[in-house]
Amino acid sequence: MQFFRPSSLREALEIRAAHPEAVPIAGGTDLMVEVNFGRRRPEAFLDISRLPELREIRREGPNVRLGSGVPYARVIRELPDQVALAQASRTVGSPQIRTRGTVGGNLGTGSPAGDALPVLAAYDARVVLRSSTATRTLAWRDFLVGPKRTALAPDELIVATEWERAVGPGSFSKVGTRNAMVIAIAGLCLQLDEAARGVRVALGSVGPTILRAPEAETFAAGILDEVGAWSDRGARVPEEAIARFGELVSAAARPIDDVRGTGAYRRHACAVLATRALTWALDDRRAAAMEAAS
Amino acid sequence: MPVVERAGTVTRGAVVGVSAPRVDGTPKALGEFAYASDLWVEGMLFGATVRSPHPSARIRHVDVSAALALPGVRRAMTAADLPASRRYGLDFPDQPVLAEDVVRYAGEPVAIVAADSAEQARAAAAAIRVDYEVLPAVTDMEAALRADAPQVSEHGNVLRHLRIEHGDPGAEADVWVEGYYEIGMQDQAPLGPEAGLAIPAPDGGVDLYVSTQWLHSDQKQVAPCLGLPESKVRLHLAGVGGAFGAREDVHMHIHACLLAIATGRPVKMTYGREESFFGHVHRHPARIWARTGARRDGTLVNSRVRLLLDGGAYSSSSQAVILNASTFAVGPYEMPNALIEGTCVYTNNPPAGAMRGFGAVQACVAHEAQMDRLAAALGIDPVELRRRNLLHTGSVLPTGQVIEGSAPAREVLDRCAALPMPADLPPAFRDRVTLPGGAGNVGRGERVRRGVGYAMGYKNIAYSEGFDDSCEAKVRLERGPKGVVATVHTAAVEVGQGLQTVLAQIVRTELGVDEVVQQRADTQVGSAGSTSASRQTVMAGGAVAAACSRVREHLFARAAARSGAPLRGPLRLEDGRVFAGERSIGVVDDLLDTPLEATEVYRHRRTTRLDGHGQGEPHVMFAFGAMRAVVEVDLDLGLVRVVQLGGVQDVGKALNPRGVEGQIEGGAAQGLGLALLEEIQLRDGKIANASFTDYLLPTILDMPPVVSAVVEEPEPGSPYGAKGVGEGATIVATAAVAAALRNATGRELNRVPVAPDDLVGISGPRTSAGPAPIPDVPGPRPVFEYR
Ligand SMILES: Cc1cc2nc3c(=O)[nH]c(=O)nc-3n(C[C@H](O)[C@H](O)[C@H](O)COP(=O)(O)OP(=O)(O)OC[C@H]3O[C@@H](n4cnc5c(N)ncnc54)[C@H](O)[C@@H]3O)c2cc1C
Repeated sequence: MQFFRPSSLREALEIRAAHPEAVPIAGGTDLMVEVNFGRRRPEAFLDISRLPELREIRREGPNVRLGSGVPYARVIRELPDQVALAQASRTVGSPQIRTRGTVGGNLGTGSPAGDALPVLAAYDARVVLRSSTATRTLAWRDFLVGPKRTALAPDELIVATEWERAVGPGSFSKVGTRNAMVIAIAGLCLQLDEAARGVRVALGSVGPTILRAPEAETFAAGILDEVGAWSDRGARVPEEAIARFGELVSAAARPIDDVRGTGAYRRHACAVLATRALTWALDDRRAAAMEAAS
Repeated sequence: MPVVERAGTVTRGAVVGVSAPRVDGTPKALGEFAYASDLWVEGMLFGATVRSPHPSARIRHVDVSAALALPGVRRAMTAADLPASRRYGLDFPDQPVLAEDVVRYAGEPVAIVAADSAEQARAAAAAIRVDYEVLPAVTDMEAALRADAPQVSEHGNVLRHLRIEHGDPGAEADVWVEGYYEIGMQDQAPLGPEAGLAIPAPDGGVDLYVSTQWLHSDQKQVAPCLGLPESKVRLHLAGVGGAFGAREDVHMHIHACLLAIATGRPVKMTYGREESFFGHVHRHPARIWARTGARRDGTLVNSRVRLLLDGGAYSSSSQAVILNASTFAVGPYEMPNALIEGTCVYTNNPPAGAMRGFGAVQACVAHEAQMDRLAAALGIDPVELRRRNLLHTGSVLPTGQVIEGSAPAREVLDRCAALPMPADLPPAFRDRVTLPGGAGNVGRGERVRRGVGYAMGYKNIAYSEGFDDSCEAKVRLERGPKGVVATVHTAAVEVGQGLQTVLAQIVRTELGVDEVVQQRADTQVGSAGSTSASRQTVMAGGAVAAACSRVREHLFARAAARSGAPLRGPLRLEDGRVFAGERSIGVVDDLLDTPLEATEVYRHRRTTRLDGHGQGEPHVMFAFGAMRAVVEVDLDLGLVRVVQLGGVQDVGKALNPRGVEGQIEGGAAQGLGLALLEEIQLRDGKIANASFTDYLLPTILDMPPVVSAVVEEPEPGSPYGAKGVGEGATIVATAAVAAALRNATGRELNRVPVAPDDLVGISGPRTSAGPAPIPDVPGPRPVFEYR
């Protein structure tokens, strides 16, 4: 077995071009499980865990660029204002996993249960891919094409994800039967975008890939509009409307029954998480408004 | 070479009754303890196992040629290559060493290979071609009782049926409550997987270093399958990384020995996490139908219980498990009339066998739910209803057995009810990870409701039904370089429960020495019996105490003989001297110019088998436990946080109080796991979650602080009055958590593990068309054949 250990991104991409059979390994927290269970037997590894280019977090104005090799522990520490992403990072595994595991690896695996992924979807994030000859940037939905299937080409590496920071409250929640170290039965990210007057919702673990809930999003944005909440953060949204939002989010789910949970429960959980997330978002901006006023 | 190192574990310190630090604690914490999976010897080969993917199939043909052609592969074996006995088993040999014509469960071993590396062995196993004709499988325990069901075993599908008739089973009551309960298949999930190393010996025999609970039972099962006398099959204990019943059955023992003898090379086998789920038996899934009747004042009158246990494809210890589940079916209460019918069936599911609590866990889930139902029906407080009916010394059990020993059930329950309750801070003031859903950030305390539940249970200590249960211990007292040293040799297995620590405490207490050396457990000394049934502290402790006392007699005799003068007053040991009355008659160190040694065997009192009406004296002694669970449920999401578990246990005498506390905490965690998380999910007989990704064990965010207390009422005839303490908390924790969840949600919740679906009402209570039919076999059959 070969083990490549490049020290720069350029070198890594050259190896990638010459040895497409070499499997990139970042934190190894997904890959090594596959290897240990005998499900994968790579002929070669390409260790990308120490490439400085992939370990950068860059912010320019409202734009955030998160290197693919940044582990969750750093996201929690260094991006606390990206509330939903930091919350999602905190739900991942155990401290050991958060120290090693990366957002790039979450994307690389492309599991519908990847906890960072609903957040990236709700952020309308793009995935930056590079080969030794070209760079391309794909919208998250064009990258995550199916269950554990991505648009990554054999000569490419994920170098970063980037998004424009939305101003407004947001959160991530994950339901699992165990209180920690659990693969999501359902995950939900809600992000308000005050500037665009939009509500974005993305779901994990309740479909073949990450899902957005466009009908629910339109409905919520409309209700906030109707009650004047976009301009007056103190305005109340009727409870029935929030419940209706939950139903619409739940309707967007396409869950199945598996060993972790039933489809019926997943659908139910989506409704609960959605109503809670919207309620919290509205509560938080109301509280912020009151604070600003006092 | 760690495997042949003979040095014993040396300890100094505490005596009986004082909390002693674990002798294996520091090495385990530092990662220096050698587990069976760490075994290594120069030139060893690695074994691997081919297992059936089908729960029921005929083997048409096995082709090992492709495997043998691979690099490094030394040997492949199938049933056709077996040299002698082809079956083994704990109670009777019904389990094939390698499947012959048929496979009876998914995961059953079909072939084995040995190769130069573990990797090559795995590749070879994958290259073995087995041609199966898939047969219809019986994967439901009630279906197994149907007349037209395929027969899993040559003995039929009824592994054992018991009928216990007590008093007048037709007795009338003022109030009846009825319930149906299901218990899922729990796994012992020991962190250390099955592992061992077989080394062929020049005498044609074999030395097996292995992770187990009972060396001599293994030896009895392994030797006939190798065609060797027991004297040539020497077993040595290798570091056990948890057992909980899963190390009672033979796992890789025979396979590794066969390969070692066939190749003339040492062979090591270690199961990975996934294979481990197929490499040991599991807790019996159960269905229980119960009807309980009482007088208006809460006095229990009559109970009818039908129990059905799924034993899986082979018998393992199922006969004893169904005995326990049946004899404890009405709980620790005086029940003047009862009819209990228990059946364990064979199915094509993975074999079930011993697991901590051993039948009493399943029974407790049902009898405690019945008590709560009855309390509600009568309008009596659930703790008070239990209190009015508890067993005590002198009570008559449904088998007709009278409790002769200690039975402080009342004190256990009262102390439990009096344990301090946890704080109840409003969610807004709490760290959100302490809310239901934990680290998932699913709530800010919305719709969180608290519930409190109690459970009371009891269980037998040591082996039952006439089994001649014994333990041998050898103790030597001699001069060491730094003073007097006592060396202890038994075959009693430390599985992580703290036995070695307790045995050292006993030696210090009995012989007044500080330094105690414990030799590695092996078959060079007589059987210790199993480290299970909460028996080993009592049994090995009894044997060691007896051997020490014999050594002390020798010492006194030597002192008396040498002192010459007539002795006045009782002889005793103090400060390294022998005293007669107040007069010192010798210094121990001086007296030990030659070592003193004694070997003693400890036996508990005899028990009897049950007769055709389920009457007899099957059990040795009883230990009682109570638990209170405080839970919080997110009523919308059905997620749970257990806030506190409060456990009280009847221990006779706490030899190592800290060890007892550890057993209560660990047992509570395992019971909580079954209540909320832990279940092997079977799909048509196949395990769907054979990994720790999907077989969920409680984490530190799931396991609350445990408050505990012990009741010390000595058991007559037991060493120091001690009772076993390994199972009490496990038995009651599951039932207590389930009760607390019912209290929080108002839902019936008649199945464990309780799923979020059950807590939010997506799935209703499990229903049944009525008690399973009674099989047409004489009860209680078949009678135990301990070999
Ligand atoms: C105990 C445990 C608990 C876990 N808990 C969670 C959890 O709660 N939530 C969750 O979402 N996940 C969880 N995981 C899964 C895993 O930790 C995450 O998916 C993590 O984000 C993977 O990152 P990694 O850097 O370790 O990826 P790796 O294992 O190194 O790689 C994963 C895949 O991505 C590819 N890859 C990685 N980086 C790149 C790149 N830059 N370019 C191209 N391809 C790349 C690799 O080739 C591989 O196919 C858990 C894993 C374990 C072992």
